[in-house]
Amino acid sequence: MSELTPSQTVGPFFAYGLAPNNRCEWRPPGGEKLYDWKDTVGANLVTPDASGERIRIEGRVIDGDGAPINDAMIEIWQADAQGRYAHPRDNRALPNTAFKGFGRSATDKDGVYSFDTIKPGAVAGPNGKAQAPHIVVCIFSRGMLRQIYTRMYFSDEKANASDPILALVPVDRRPTLVATKDKAATKPLYRFDIRVQGGNETVFFDI
Amino acid sequence: MPLVYPKESLSVYPKHLSPGYRSTVKRSPSKPLIIMPHTLSELTGPAFGHDAVQEGDNDLTKQHKGEPLGERIIVHGHVLDEDKRPVPDTLVELWQANACGRYVHNVDQHPAPLDPNFTGAGRAVTDKSGYYKFITVKPGAYPWGNHHNAWRPNHIHFSVFGHSFLTRLVTQMYFPGDPLFPFDPIYNSVTDEKARARMVSSFDLDNTVPDWALCFRFDMVLRGREQTPMEH
Ligand SMILES: [Fe+3]
Repeated sequence: MSELTPSQTVGPFFAYGLAPNNRCEWRPPGGEKLYDWKDTVGANLVTPDASGERIRIEGRVIDGDGAPINDAMIEIWQADAQGRYAHPRDNRALPNTAFKGFGRSATDKDGVYSFDTIKPGAVAGPNGKAQAPHIVVCIFSRGMLRQIYTRMYFSDEKANASDPILALVPVDRRPTLVATKDKAATKPLYRFDIRVQGGNETVFFDI
Repeated sequence: MPLVYPKESLSVYPKHLSPGYRSTVKRSPSKPLIIMPHTLSELTGPAFGHDAVQEGDNDLTKQHKGEPLGERIIVHGHVLDEDKRPVPDTLVELWQANACGRYVHNVDQHPAPLDPNFTGAGRAVTDKSGYYKFITVKPGAYPWGNHHNAWRPNHIHFSVFGHSFLTRLVTQMYFPGDPLFPFDPIYNSVTDEKARARMVSSFDLDNTVPDWALCFRFDMVLRGREQTPMEH
């Protein structure tokens, strides 16, 4: 048996390594692009073969003073529109062979992150109970010595009412886990702010 | 319910709120985290094909026309789980300051030179035995504004994935015998001495290449034990 390597902060300067082509402005003075490198993981999860509703997710990451966090990195993990994960542990056949369900977005100077993806389907939950469509969200930042996990549900899903994980959360805090559909937007857009600390603090999970 | 990824071992991780590191004060959750079972959503996680990484991405000394300044080093090791089983085919990403302690980032304005031949980012995918290898230069120490005369010990940042979204690890690799260890609140946010030592690489004379580069070994141990997360 071996012991874990401890977590440390991602620090303020991760962007050129982890999200070189992302929206955050990491480039040194002069603005010259020092190297041309593709992302290992980007903020657009949509693959040409992915079925389901194309959606955009946008939100701000906010600290305990209500100030935007401009050096955070958000990673999301989700099922496809049929509720299947692109992972050997989910042994059902994958209809979307190219859809990976993983994305990464750094925040910009206003603390804003965004993803273009597919709305996930319902997935299996504990004791055979279905979980409402959701996305697992992982937050890294300067000032965070370890990542924090939350979940994003969707405001237009009736299944939220019977979701076994939402049921574990005090009723008054559940809205922090629900992305709201922006009715004014021309394309499907959900807004999901992450409040790391404070009055309306987002619910984070001990997993 | 028995969790596939035991949580007890996480006790060596730093606390979210570690006031010695000032930025944690407003960036740590203040309400208790909600305990929940691990569902399929947590037990699965991103998988990467080898297409995520291109030939040469693990050599930070060859990304520009000339060679970077500084001490050339090899950093290698294994990614393992808590049962010491190798974690194959997992993405390892690395970023660091140059030999002068300066990052290629517009927020880093510390008065040390940038090196036109060094960006400071690399990637590798582990092989069947969980092995990875990078070639780079030894990063310099750098000042930061956390407190009076605050300097970070030399370190390389690492990001690793593993078998599920729960095994995700972002950490920092340090170098043996750094005199800044006692003064660094990030390093010391890990309060267990043995756990802290696991973030320090070891000098590897056997794999040091004569007349070319010193070698350091850094193994990373991720969550996961007993039931193999890869079972079908
Ligand atoms: Fe650093």
